[in-house]
Amino acid sequence: MAFSEVMHERARQIIARYPEGRSRSALLPLLHLVQSEQGYVSPEGIAFCAEILGITKAQVGAVATFYTMYKRKPTGDWLVSVCTNTMCGVLGGDKAYETLRDYLGVDHDETTADGKITLEHAECLAACDYAPVMTVNYEFFDQITEDSALTLVKQLQNGERPQPTRGTRLCTLKEMAVQLAGFADDRGDDVIADGPAGEPTLAGNRLAERFSIAVPGFDPETPIGKKDEAPAPKPAETMPKAASDAKPAGDSPMPQKDAVKEAKA
Amino acid sequence: MTLDYQPSQESLSKLTPVLTKRWLSPDAWKIDVYERLDGYTALRKAFKAHPDELIQLVKDSGLRGRGGAGFPTGMKWGFIPQNDGKPHYLVVNADEGEPGTCKDLPLMMADPHALVEGVIIASYAIRANFAAIYIRGEAVHSARRLRAAVQQAYAKGYLGKNILGSGFDLDLVVHSGAGAYICGEETALLDSLEGYRGQPRLRPPFPATHGLYASPTVVNNVETIASVPYIVLGGSAWFRSMGTEKSPGPKIYSISGRVNNPGQFECGLGVTLRQLIDLAGGMKAGHKLKFWTPGGSSTPMLTEEHLDVPMDFEGMAGVGTMLGTTAVQVFSDQDDIVYATYRWIAFYHHESCGKCTPCREGNYWMVRILHRILAGQGTHQDLDTLLDACDNLLGRSFCALGDGATSPVTSSIKYFKQDYLDYIEGRKTPMFKGELVGAH
Repeated sequence: MAFSEVMHERARQIIARYPEGRSRSALLPLLHLVQSEQGYVSPEGIAFCAEILGITKAQVGAVATFYTMYKRKPTGDWLVSVCTNTMCGVLGGDKAYETLRDYLGVDHDETTADGKITLEHAECLAACDYAPVMTVNYEFFDQITEDSALTLVKQLQNGERPQPTRGTRLCTLKEMAVQLAGFADDRGDDVIADGPAGEPTLAGNRLAERFSIAVPGFDPETPIGKKDEAPAPKPAETMPKAASDAKPAGDSPMPQKDAVKEAKA
Repeated sequence: MTLDYQPSQESLSKLTPVLTKRWLSPDAWKIDVYERLDGYTALRKAFKAHPDELIQLVKDSGLRGRGGAGFPTGMKWGFIPQNDGKPHYLVVNADEGEPGTCKDLPLMMADPHALVEGVIIASYAIRANFAAIYIRGEAVHSARRLRAAVQQAYAKGYLGKNILGSGFDLDLVVHSGAGAYICGEETALLDSLEGYRGQPRLRPPFPATHGLYASPTVVNNVETIASVPYIVLGGSAWFRSMGTEKSPGPKIYSISGRVNNPGQFECGLGVTLRQLIDLAGGMKAGHKLKFWTPGGSSTPMLTEEHLDVPMDFEGMAGVGTMLGTTAVQVFSDQDDIVYATYRWIAFYHHESCGKCTPCREGNYWMVRILHRILAGQGTHQDLDTLLDACDNLLGRSFCALGDGATSPVTSSIKYFKQDYLDYIEGRKTPMFKGELVGAH
């Protein structure tokens, strides 16, 4: 299929976000854009990205197949993802996933025969304080149970759009892909205002409020250049070397080394 | 919701609501509300200072990276060569995905302008005119608020050309990822941002000299950058009034699992697990603490022996683990440590980028061995094989993903070998139906 002029215009807008001569940075948003039209990354979509960026289809394909969110076959309107990483899994996510799998008759990364719902189990969705969680088109439904997960899916099947716990009212997966391509949600402020912070997000704040706790000594007029306000920090003995600063958990010293030894003992 | 509990005075005294304070205002994501709540005052103040003074200020504050490594932020900024004629870049790592970690997404959801303001100040300090926030693809709720915030900031002249008449220009892009844990590794993130598969780069050269588009680049975590406006306003001495000498400042601790009131608790660095559990309303009825991660699944697990160890960079290193992302996952005697380990390794296996053999193959085999043990078909030798695999992963994989994958395996065998033996020696009912994997 040929992509519309709107798609071409959006593609140009995406490329314009990045520094001149760096159009390849637009590839991830462009792949999201392709999904907004087709619901998955099709061979035509790959050709579209390749042509626009002046790179080969193989180069685009290599990127498209690397990332979980780029789907390689048509998806449903509703992508139902249940977190089954450890925390959500043990708190009920595993059971919720199994319930949905049995009810829908599809397994991970499969779509129901009517083309409405794609099911997947997801890795940690960064919402462990709300565990177990699931998402529909990446909008969160928190503290789910087997029953609530099933009810939710049945509502989707009935054409309803249940309100997520956090995030905004649901849109289709294709509509969501427009936002993933970097275009602001055009449904207005009241949609963006949806999903105020839940109690787990505010847990510490609520305590601080209840017990009138504040950090003393904050003076926004404190001069910036004042040299005597604090001694220069001494480098800590365990400070990681610069070579390691990117490692998510640091590696100098590498405490797991002892752990391997001790575990072997 | 249990809100009537009373933590001890000692635990309460650890709370430091700074970064999270504005979260209580539900409309703080709107720029006019943010401005009323002192928003963008740090930026105005920062523009009156020389960029080098800001780098020095952040050095003096002792701020250390909040993404897990704890590298001194001011030093990182100071590594950017100045007057080199090359463009400089600031990249914010918002690819939150370390299992257990859930602090950056709520921050960007509730208070996105705090991050935008921090980005502008940091970019001014390192002389960057282009910045990108690489946000995890799945985090659409936070990205939506963040994109709205960036749009509003442009409209009000906080972004774009000649910001607030300072002569400083900055463009800021919110770039959504597409589902790959490895992109939280900073060089993989840069490759991904350049439009490639997210695979880590060989270092050196480091991002400070050869980062985005082979130019000097600072990559900082969301919480790190969001801390900057407060340091600019309150000063380094005030910032150091929280936390410990070597790990100063406030930190958002995320506690999840078998506690009564899980959530985000911002405390001075050095709070203990006992205090955190107290703040979170205690353990759930009928649950006794068994194992916990101090900062995500890549940090070796601890046990109830470690309830009183200060959770700062030094304290955690002292007991053979790491502070990581302060993602405190609390598991009880009703949770199966072998299953937890299996599930985490399945995660690392799924997320391994495939670039290096130790990580790609090591996780592939470890997940099968763990599955076999849970299926009641494990042997004593399997434990040795797992540890051998860890030996071959740790320090031999290309990036920290592989190193991190060994943490759950080695720490669980170290503290809870008996749980493995219970499956291997047939005292525990197998969790999975048997299937032969590999040769016995």
